[in-house]
Amino acid sequence: MLTNFKNSRPQQFSFLFIVFLLLYFLVPENENSLLWRLPPLLKDIPLLINTLLDNLMFKWLTVPVYDPDWQMYEDKPIFRIITRSIADFLLFLIIFIREIFLGGLQTIGSITGGAFKEFKWLYLPAVPWTAVVIGLFILGYRLQGLGLAFIASIGFFYVSIFGQWEPTMETLSLVLVTAPICFVLGLSFGILGYLSKKVENTLQPILNIAQTMPHFSYLVPILVLFGIGDHAGAVATIIFATPPMIRLTILGLKKISPEVVESGLMSGCNRFQLLFRVLIPTARRDILIGVNQVIMQCLAMTTIAAFIGAKGLGFNLKVALNGLKIGKAAEIGICVVIIAVVLDKLSLAWANKQKDYFANLNFYKKNLATIYFILLTTILGVIAYFSAFYFEEGFNYLYLIPFGEGLTIAPILDAGVDWIWETFFYYLNIFNKFLITNVLFVMRDAYLGMPVVSTFVLVMGAGYIIGGIRSCIIVGALILFIALSEYWNRALITAYMATFAVGVSAILGIVTGSLCARNEISAKFILGVCDFFQTFPSFIYLIPVILLFGITDTSVMIAAIAYASVPATRYTVEGLRSVPSSLHDAASMSGVSNFQRWKSIELPLAFPHIMLGINQTLIFALMMIVLGALIGTEDLGQIIMGCLSRPNGAGIGLTLGIFVSFICLAADNLIRTWADERKKLLGIE
Amino acid sequence: MSQSSDNSNTTPVIKCESVYKIFGNNALKLLENSNGQVDAKTFQEAGCIVGVNNASFGVNKGEMMVVMGLSGSGKSTLLRCISRLTDATAGKIFIDGEDLLSMNSKQLIELRRNKMGMVFQSFALLPHKTVIENIAFPLQVKGTNTKESMAKALEMVELVGLKGRENYFPRELSGGQQQRVGIARSLAVEPDIWFLDEPFSALDPLIRKEMQDEFLRLQAVLNKTIMFVTHDFDEALRLADRIAIMKDGIIEQLDTPDNIVLNPATEYVKKFTEDVPREKVLKIESIMDAYDSNNSSSTKVSKDAIIETLAESILNSKEILTVVDNNNEIVGSLNPTKVIKVIFGK
Ligand SMILES: Nc1ncnc2c1ncn2[C@@H]1O[C@H](COP(=O)(O)OP(=O)(O)O)[C@@H](O)[C@H]1O
Ligand SMILES: [Mg+2]
Repeated sequence: MLTNFKNSRPQQFSFLFIVFLLLYFLVPENENSLLWRLPPLLKDIPLLINTLLDNLMFKWLTVPVYDPDWQMYEDKPIFRIITRSIADFLLFLIIFIREIFLGGLQTIGSITGGAFKEFKWLYLPAVPWTAVVIGLFILGYRLQGLGLAFIASIGFFYVSIFGQWEPTMETLSLVLVTAPICFVLGLSFGILGYLSKKVENTLQPILNIAQTMPHFSYLVPILVLFGIGDHAGAVATIIFATPPMIRLTILGLKKISPEVVESGLMSGCNRFQLLFRVLIPTARRDILIGVNQVIMQCLAMTTIAAFIGAKGLGFNLKVALNGLKIGKAAEIGICVVIIAVVLDKLSLAWANKQKDYFANLNFYKKNLATIYFILLTTILGVIAYFSAFYFEEGFNYLYLIPFGEGLTIAPILDAGVDWIWETFFYYLNIFNKFLITNVLFVMRDAYLGMPVVSTFVLVMGAGYIIGGIRSCIIVGALILFIALSEYWNRALITAYMATFAVGVSAILGIVTGSLCARNEISAKFILGVCDFFQTFPSFIYLIPVILLFGITDTSVMIAAIAYASVPATRYTVEGLRSVPSSLHDAASMSGVSNFQRWKSIELPLAFPHIMLGINQTLIFALMMIVLGALIGTEDLGQIIMGCLSRPNGAGIGLTLGIFVSFICLAADNLIRTWADERKKLLGIE
Repeated sequence: MSQSSDNSNTTPVIKCESVYKIFGNNALKLLENSNGQVDAKTFQEAGCIVGVNNASFGVNKGEMMVVMGLSGSGKSTLLRCISRLTDATAGKIFIDGEDLLSMNSKQLIELRRNKMGMVFQSFALLPHKTVIENIAFPLQVKGTNTKESMAKALEMVELVGLKGRENYFPRELSGGQQQRVGIARSLAVEPDIWFLDEPFSALDPLIRKEMQDEFLRLQAVLNKTIMFVTHDFDEALRLADRIAIMKDGIIEQLDTPDNIVLNPATEYVKKFTEDVPREKVLKIESIMDAYDSNNSSSTKVSKDAIIETLAESILNSKEILTVVDNNNEIVGSLNPTKVIKVIFGK
């Protein structure tokens, strides 16, 4: 009996659950009881962070700096000098790139110290939008072929004629500045991590936390350190988008076969030659996949960085959403999606492109694309110049279609939304009300009524059963950190929303995935759909749900479910497709039905991989739930949002971000330990 | 390099003295406590894996030594110790009389750039370089200018029979062709010592045979000092001057192919030799008798000839033959019944 219990996980879990329920109902609700809630011993942490930042920015390590305006020396903290110079440097780059696309005086002004500001002819002319579109066509063609050429050029053509060129170029200039910086930083740290085990071990936990922190929690501290504006957005973006590059660089370098490294050594390479002539070129594809990730993360973050003053599509989107102008928001959303798809496809094509050999080509043939680009840009520039006389009174449409002067479908979209509201309002409302009062609120109250002791028993018990004493302690410590703060109740609300969203997403994802994994074509199709939905920034998901459900918990839930179903589906398909076909045949030969085969062979084998998908689902759901605070919910995210407008919100914002990250890490530890063990048991990998 | 020329004939090019390689954290301490008596099992219980266990041998100039053993027996590890891709845990290794283990990294790089070449089982070509760029790579790393290194690489391309494909990328070549590139690359710096780690194991049997022939042709021209690793006993017999048979890191026997077949030192070695057709391995020398001037006919056979190649003519002639050495001096006589015994057993 006892040995049976020792070996049977289901029995152990049932026992754990019974203990949990007993505690749940037996512990009385009493604010002074330690069993009910722990005291907020750690409530000073946010303050500590604040003081630290404050001292860094205003007090510590001051040096005298000569101020030319006041003609005297002034004491300034080193740290602030550093952040200011970083900010100035970034701002200069952003404006420089921006003025290439949009034209302007500032770059030249800053180089010449403003001396030539009066001379109008010094105005840096923009590259005409037509030239950018043609350039993308050529780039797409060179990287992959006509298909990509058309996707890229038509995408940007659309953006231009719909009058979104200016915000798009503002966003793009942020991406073009931050992505290369992330690339260099990520590559360098990745290489260091590869070369030294010590560095890798230090980086690993930081990367884990960085990858599970919601976008928002970065914003407040950066606001404090860097102020508001495009440069702050750029800093946030760099911090957010560098970790995946580091991770992929390390992974890519580690994947290189040891024999290739040895062949380099035996060829007589020194360390430097080995790194730059053997290792990095061999890992080229993985590193470029990292670049693709960086670009996508940069785009996602630049839209969100609107909250700390970054210009561009995100900013306009925020304004439109605040004013509940759904049609306009949707129009901007479409542009973001288009840009995301184009950037994604271009960078992937670059990663997958293999080097060709051109020994026999002459200079002209080798540089055909560049020559064409320069030629066409010149021609289009001239056309744009002369068309200025044609469109004499209004705007020069062949040069730059100004914001809001293009075509628009916003009225149509608005009409559509109105129609949906009028037609379905009744049903939507009923559904909405039902979900909120009968499901969400019930669940929320159940979570809030949970004594802290029972939470710990459940979580640490699960840790003990799955990963032994080690997991038990790790998970317990992560949760304890939250329980000792002031925000336990908020965390419970976040947890309830996450549970609900993950539950629904998991069911949706596993069902869709299982159905689509049954044959190759539908599997490919659904993976393509997942790719598509994963490219666009999470922000975008909020637009259609607000359109349908207004500003309620339901909207956030549905956005989170939509966003988080993607990884659940993807991992299900991948897991099921990787079941060896010999097993399928063996099963079919023994005469089982399709459903039996799925249930008793495919699912158990694929389940560890699916669980890793659920892990991702949780991270995605939490990100979206926190983001949902944008449209007013009352979990941790909302407080993080609130911090943006509070003078000393930095500490709280950061702490809460870390809390969300800890929830992810606790779940991550449990799921990963279980999946690894299971995979070993099944002999996969 | 500093070795004086007078004893270069007697000094082996590669010399190992009690080389040990043990993987694991406290390998060195365990080894010190064991007084050189390393037992794989007890080490494993202590968390260490024995890669090479007390290897002592020398390889002479122009000799081809084949290291044979099943997978996991420590062949690659031995080769890695001698090329210092991994540091031996204990023991001494000399290359041309110089202590390999005391070299600093600069000396080591110099050694590899000038004296050593290595061919790998998985080819290990650089995917972003063309055939000719791959072959020229060791030269360019060394600092040879582009024109010279390309000319040399082209020479190598011709040597391994890949002319016309120098601008292909590795991904566009078959396995056999890729390994030809690997071979050409390892020869580009004209090394004295040539390491080959299962170079043909990833190839199909027919291609493997072809590559072995090609390899023998190359060696006849180049006459390098070679350490060749394989898990294929037939391959070892075909190529080797001497074979080292390894098991669990220990060299069980190190001898010429015919001695290994005729006098296996251990049960383990015997198992390999049981199925080997003797006539394909043994030389006339190993079955001849002392010269008997009364009985022998005037037909002469070389003592170094493999029995199989002469079997038909020997059996047809039915008389006792005279065996001669390279200088045409008589060294023995050969009774055809012995040949029959070798071919049909007993
Ligand atoms: N880097 C390493 N760390 C630990 N054990 C190793 C390492 N390299 C090889 N080994 C072990 O050493 C033994 C010999 O390996 P190897 O020399 O590669 O065998 P072979 O080339 O004969 O197939 C094997 O048991 C292998 O597992
Ligand atoms: Mg090996």
